This record gives sequence, structure tokens and C-alpha cells, in this order.
Amino acid sequence: MTPLLSVRDLRVGFGKGDAVKEIVHGVSFDLHPGETLAIVGESGSGKSVTALSINRLIDYGGGRILSGAIALRTRKGEALDLTQTSPQRMEKIRGAEIGMIFQEPMTSLNPVKTIGWQLEEAFRLHRGLSGAAAHKAAIEALERVRIPDAERRLGYYPHQLSGGMLQRVMIAIALATNPRLLIADEPTTALDVSVQAQIMALLAELKRETGTGMIFITHDIGLVAGIADRVLVMQAGDVVEQGPLDQILDAPQHPYTQHLLKAVPHFAGGEAVRHDFRRVDALKQRPALTVDDLTVRFPVTSGLLRRKTGAVHAVESVSFDLMPGETLAIVGESGSGKSTTARALLDLVQPVRGSFEVRGLEGKSQHRPVQMVFQNPYASLNPRLNVESLLAEPVRAGGGRLTSAMRDRMTYLLARVGLPTDSLTRYPHEFSGGQRQRLCIARALMVDPSVLVLDEAVSALDVSVQAKVLELLVDLQKELHLAYLFVSHDMAVVERIAHRIAVVYAGQIVEMGDAAAVLSNPQHSYTRRLIAAVPTIERRRERFELDTRSVPSLVKPIGYEPREASWISYGPDHKARAEELSA
Amino acid sequence: MNYLTRRLVTFPLIMLGVSVLVFVAIRMVPGDAITAMLGTEAGLLTPDQRKALAGYFGIDRSWTAQYWHWLLGALQGDLGLSVTNGKPVLDVILSRFPLTIELALLAVVIALCIGLPLGVFAATRNQKPSDLAVRIFAMLGQSTPSFVIGLLILYILSSVFGILPTMGSAVSLFEDPIGNLKQLILPALTLGFSFTASVTRISRSAMLDVLNDDYVRTARSKGVPALQVIWRHALPNALIPVVTLSGVEFGYLLGGAVLVEKIYALPGLGRLALDAILQRDYALVQGCVLFVALNFMIVNLLVDLAYAALDPRIRLGGR
Repeated sequence: MTPLLSVRDLRVGFGKGDAVKEIVHGVSFDLHPGETLAIVGESGSGKSVTALSINRLIDYGGGRILSGAIALRTRKGEALDLTQTSPQRMEKIRGAEIGMIFQEPMTSLNPVKTIGWQLEEAFRLHRGLSGAAAHKAAIEALERVRIPDAERRLGYYPHQLSGGMLQRVMIAIALATNPRLLIADEPTTALDVSVQAQIMALLAELKRETGTGMIFITHDIGLVAGIADRVLVMQAGDVVEQGPLDQILDAPQHPYTQHLLKAVPHFAGGEAVRHDFRRVDALKQRPALTVDDLTVRFPVTSGLLRRKTGAVHAVESVSFDLMPGETLAIVGESGSGKSTTARALLDLVQPVRGSFEVRGLEGKSQHRPVQMVFQNPYASLNPRLNVESLLAEPVRAGGGRLTSAMRDRMTYLLARVGLPTDSLTRYPHEFSGGQRQRLCIARALMVDPSVLVLDEAVSALDVSVQAKVLELLVDLQKELHLAYLFVSHDMAVVERIAHRIAVVYAGQIVEMGDAAAVLSNPQHSYTRRLIAAVPTIERRRERFELDTRSVPSLVKPIGYEPREASWISYGPDHKARAEELSA
Repeated sequence: MNYLTRRLVTFPLIMLGVSVLVFVAIRMVPGDAITAMLGTEAGLLTPDQRKALAGYFGIDRSWTAQYWHWLLGALQGDLGLSVTNGKPVLDVILSRFPLTIELALLAVVIALCIGLPLGVFAATRNQKPSDLAVRIFAMLGQSTPSFVIGLLILYILSSVFGILPTMGSAVSLFEDPIGNLKQLILPALTLGFSFTASVTRISRSAMLDVLNDDYVRTARSKGVPALQVIWRHALPNALIPVVTLSGVEFGYLLGGAVLVEKIYALPGLGRLALDAILQRDYALVQGCVLFVALNFMIVNLLVDLAYAALDPRIRLGGR
């Protein structure tokens, strides 16, 4: 069988003339019709650049194909070297022969055009359809990606749809003309786990239906297991290993592949939880943080006089306590209220009801017992302040002075989080993502807090960096007896750091308890769904089920009070909210 | 459209504030209508004569009384009489306005027709020689004062080509369209020149931002031809800053362009206001400022409506 796509010794560089910097150093692979090739690597490995070179979008990103060949067998059966094709010819190939889906569905669609317009455009360009015919084709395309109520949705603008819906629209656009090759560049990275599972299920199903060849780019080896036939591992622009899926996953040859497989936290159903903390012993102490009936609502207004017509019930009667040295993970999807809970604890939002109490450790003078580390280390450090000023900030904000003791603490903390001691005079842009997150941790520790709120603190990091930062967090916790509130959507990461887990859904805690118990024996249907959605290497043969259920709206009318929760206990430290039996 | 109603409710409040400010501001300036009329000879007036004159101009009463009197009239559409020529202020302003609005419109049209395509073109040729040429043009256009450009155009036309534009009284657009255009095209070009330069710069930078956006890449991945990517996908997203700038400039031009009106001897609002200030013609100054403020607010409203038309996120609100 002749391959659909055959890439030989592809070299891609950025820059002009003598200043060309080669990013991809000779990639070769074949892709047969109907086959899925996964390209795996961390950021900077050149995996996206390779993908963008295939449909030559790299030309618009400042890059250039330096040498090599990309042979595509077109629908008509002719072999075309895409490195030599004219830009005009490429416009006919993109969309028609090669479709592409991108990482960020929220920004990948034109905000000022309707979904329908953007879908119809694909039919207009490549199939010559217009007017009613294009409209009809667009409806069919939306139905193909299982979007309910397709006709009405065509009139929507991107900002009116959720991320998962938008990614389906993207897939519909990419598949509009039945391309022979689909390039998916981290198509689920920006999405929630359960939405990710749906998109993966959809892609797998469409692949079976259409026989499209697919290049699937990802940093997540767990995800690869569910969809790929072959895997290609890239590191710093080189292909370090490629082969059939099972061979790569079960018998990796190259040390980097082995490292990747080891570094990626694989969800192990509660078997990989920490055993360094016994809550029973700790209960003699006073909790570091007690949260009681915390409720946060945001008013919804409408009309000329901005009358209050309802409220977004973001966090609803959340109660828990957190012992010194303990990690409580708050798990949930975006919009579930997990970040709002964290923010309320730092007085960043005002609760309408409920209270929380933070207790410092005995004998410690504390101005600020709760500190926070945010998700994006690129955005949470002021680029115009050097490290010294950044570290001094929480101290100054608490009314403290920059004394020599403070300076000593800075150098101590920098060394402790594993940053070079000469960092003090440097600026954030001189550090990598992982280093910046270490900086954020050091900053949070400057005022000697007893509780650290980690809001998706490792989600933006590469897998191997992620593992190291998690390790650091565990060490710091033991050393400083810190209590962690770890907010995350990533079950595999949570499994590695949490002692206890609280699962939140639509603003409410639906299940809470010992990490091992919750993960190995989930009781609430939502927790089960969440755990079932986690892709794992072990379950690679399983097929994802398509699930089109939507999260209940959080907007409630004025005066609405949810029903009192009744809890069912499943063990010494494991309880779940009783569910209403509905048809 | 409750947004619109809200805006319309705030209109009169702003106008009231503006009127108070102008009223006080012009009276803070040393001198009054009497000294403006008589110059140094005002010192020769006897107290009785001065009192009589002040009574004639209506400036003998307290400020609050004067303001109240003026406000009551203004609410009924009577902005008072101009002390310099005795005509109703509103009539004087309205007689000057057609020329001003036409000049402003012409300048905006010229700026958008030249500046926008030029800026978009430069953005697509980023860092290439043609981009550099456009940027140099834009820089020159923005930094050269309009009187220099005006005089330069006049000089070239009169001494090189031997033709002179019509000057003096306004030629009506409706009675003599060609004569009207002949009269206004040079001033409009002069005004439009620096305006074009700023439109070029802002549309170039807005376009450069947008061209890096994800959806532009998506459009390319769909096989949208290069020109359509720019005009259909990118440009609508880059228009907001251009509309903002055009609105501000247009509102400003509606207040009259004093220098250009002077150079080309055009009877526009700018010269009217300037002369009124020099002659301490309180009623006329107040009328002019109020009129300009009203124009500004209407233009701002139009700009906001344009935002809503351009961007569904503004039109439909967030999710």
C-alpha cells in the first residue's frame, strides 16, 4: 500500500539568511490512509512545527522548510511534494486535502463571524456550494460532530459556545470537505477531562467512519494510548523513537521515551496515593484551616435599572477542614467553582455566607497565613520586577520591612526551591516555566504561611518539569508542615499529591474523603464519570463512550436555596452526597 | 437597546456640566465685552456709561442670575444674541456649520480611503521595504504641522501650476457642487494628510496584532485565499481601534479646524469660536462650545454603535 503521506528528512528553521536557527532536525515518517500517527514530545520538541510544516502554515509563522521532502498522495492519486508547491496551490490543498484542528478552541474561531458562516465558508471554498446548499451542508456537518440543535447553533457566535462545543465546531470545519489527512495539534489540552474524553471519542468514531489519516500531536502519552496506531517521540527537534503503539508503550527503547513514560503521572485508581500522613494522628491538633458553609454568589443583573434578577451560585455551602501537613485536593471541571473557593479563602472574592478560619502554627509570627500559587507562571510574575522585588512583595504587603533577615530568607528559599543563588537580581523572563513556578512557590513561602493554596499550580508545566515541581511541593510540605489546598482538574496529578480529595460539581462538594478511598471506590456518579474519563495506558483498548449530558446551569433565580445535602458515609473518612433518583 | 436609552439620559446632564464649565471659564478670563469692543478707550468711560453698557450686554447681574437667564433661554432653543453682530447665536453657528461638517467628512473619507488600505498593506508586508516606506510616510504625515502642509500645497498650486483655490465666502454644496468641491478639496487634503497618517499607523499595528491571532491561522488552514484571509477574516477584527481614532478625530474636526480655515480663508466654526473668544462674545462662545460638545457626544455615540455593529461580543454581551 502506498502511504498517504511520506515525510523524508524534514528540516525546518526560523530566521533569515545566516541567522537561521534549525528547530526540526530531519524528521522522517510514513502515514497510511486511515492510520493515526501520534507525535509526542514536550514543549520545544518541534512537534507542532513539524505539523505546521506539513500544510505549510509554518510559512506564516516566520519559519521555513530548509530541506527534505513531504510527499502527499492527493485524492486524484498524484504525488505532490508539498515543500515545492506554490502558495496558490497550497491554498487548494489546505482544507481540501489536509484539515487541521488546533489547541485553543476558544481563540481558533473568528469572534466576529457566526459559526454557520465559518462552516459554510469551507464548503464554499472547496465544494463550490453557496446559499441554501452550503447552509444545509453546514447543518449536516454540525450533526456529524453530534451538536444538538444544529440549525439554531449555526447563528451563534463563538463566544456563545463552550470550549468543548467550539472544538466540535472546529472538527466539523476541518472535516467539512472529507480531507484525506487530519492534523490535530493538542486538540484537547485546553479542555476538561470529561470534555476531552468526548472529543477523543468523537475523533476515534469519525476516523472509523471516514478513514481519514490522522496526525495527532500531544504531550500526554496517556492520551496517545487511546487513539494512535503508531507513535513518534520527539525531543529537541529530533525523532528519538518511532514505532507501533504497543511497542513504544510496553518496550520503549530510547531513554527519553522511558523517561517520558515514567514522568507522566499515570492515573492508577488510587494505588499511587501518598501514605506519609495519618489523619487520625493529626486530628489531635487544631486544623490549619476550617471552612464552614462557604457560599459565593455573583449577582446577575438585567434591564435598564440593572435590577438583580438572579445569581450565579458559584460555590454552595462548602465545608471542610485541613490539618497541618495535609493536602486536600479540590477536583472538578472548569466552572465547577473550585477556583472561586480558593479565591474566597484569600479574600479575593466576598462570600455571601459562611466563614473560614485560618490558624497559624504555634510560635510563628504570621501576617499572612494563607498564600497562593497560580496556574500560569508566565502571567503571575510582574515582568518589570526583579526577583528580589518579587520576593519582597508579600512581605511589604503585610507591612513588613526588607531587613537583612528577609534577605537571608530569600537566599535560603531560592536555594530550597532549587534556583541558583544569583537569581535575586534577575528578571522573570530569564527563567523557564518550571523555574518561574518555583519562584512563585518561594514568593508564597516568604511570609511563612501555614496554608498554601495551589490553584492548578502544575497544570501549565511540561510533564517532566511537573513531576519535579510536585516532588518539591511534597518535600516542602514535610519540612515546613504546610497544609496544601490543591485545586486541580488532573486526576493523575491529584493522586500523587493529595491525602484527601473533595470532588466539586456545579458549585457543591459531591464527594469527599481519603484519597485512596475516593479514587479506588468512587461513590457519586459524577466522581465515577470523572475517573472514567481519565485516559490511561492500561485501558488503551477501551472505547470512550460519547456523552452529551450538560452541566446544570449555575444561574438561579433570586431567593433560590438548594436543598440541604444529605451525606452517605462509605467508610471512616469517605462520604458522598446522596443523589436524587431521576429517570 | 437599553444601552442607547442610558446614553440618551446622560446626554442632557453632560451638556449641563459643559455649559457651567464654559460659563465660568470664559468669565475667569480678564476683560469683558466692553474692553473687547473699546480696547484701551474703555478706561475713558464714566462709571455711569460703563454701567449702561454692562446693562446693555447683560453682564451687570450676578453670575448665577446670568447663568439662570441663559439656561432658561437655551432650554427654549434661544442661545442669546451675539454682541458683535447682534444676530441670534444659533443662527450664526448654523450658518457656519455646513462648511465645517463637510470639511470634516471629506477629511475622514480621505483618511480612511487612503490610510486604511495603506495600513493593512504595510501590515501584510511587515518589515519589508514597502512597509518601511509606508511607515516613513506615516511618521512624516503625523509630525508635520497642518499649516506647513497647507502652505506647501497652496505654494505648489499657485506658483508651480498657477491655479488658486476659491477663497472667502462659502460656496454652497447644493447650488454649486463643483465650485464647492473646488473650494474644499485642498483644505480637506490638508486636514486629511495628518489624519491619514494616524489612520495608517493605527490600522497597521491593529492588523499586525490580528494577523497573529489563532483564527487567522485557522482560516489559512481551511484554505482561504490570502486576500480573503486579510479582508474578510482579519480586517473586521482590526477595525475597532481605527473606528475609535476616526471618531475622536472627526469629533475634533467638527469643532472647526482653526489653522486650516485661516490659511484657506474659510468661514468655518473654528474661526467663529476663535473670534468670539477674542471679542469676549460670551453668548457666542457658550453657544459654540455647547454645540461642539453636543457634536462630540453624538459622534461618540455613533462610535459605540459602530463597536456593537463590528463585534458581536459587545452587541450580544458576554456569555
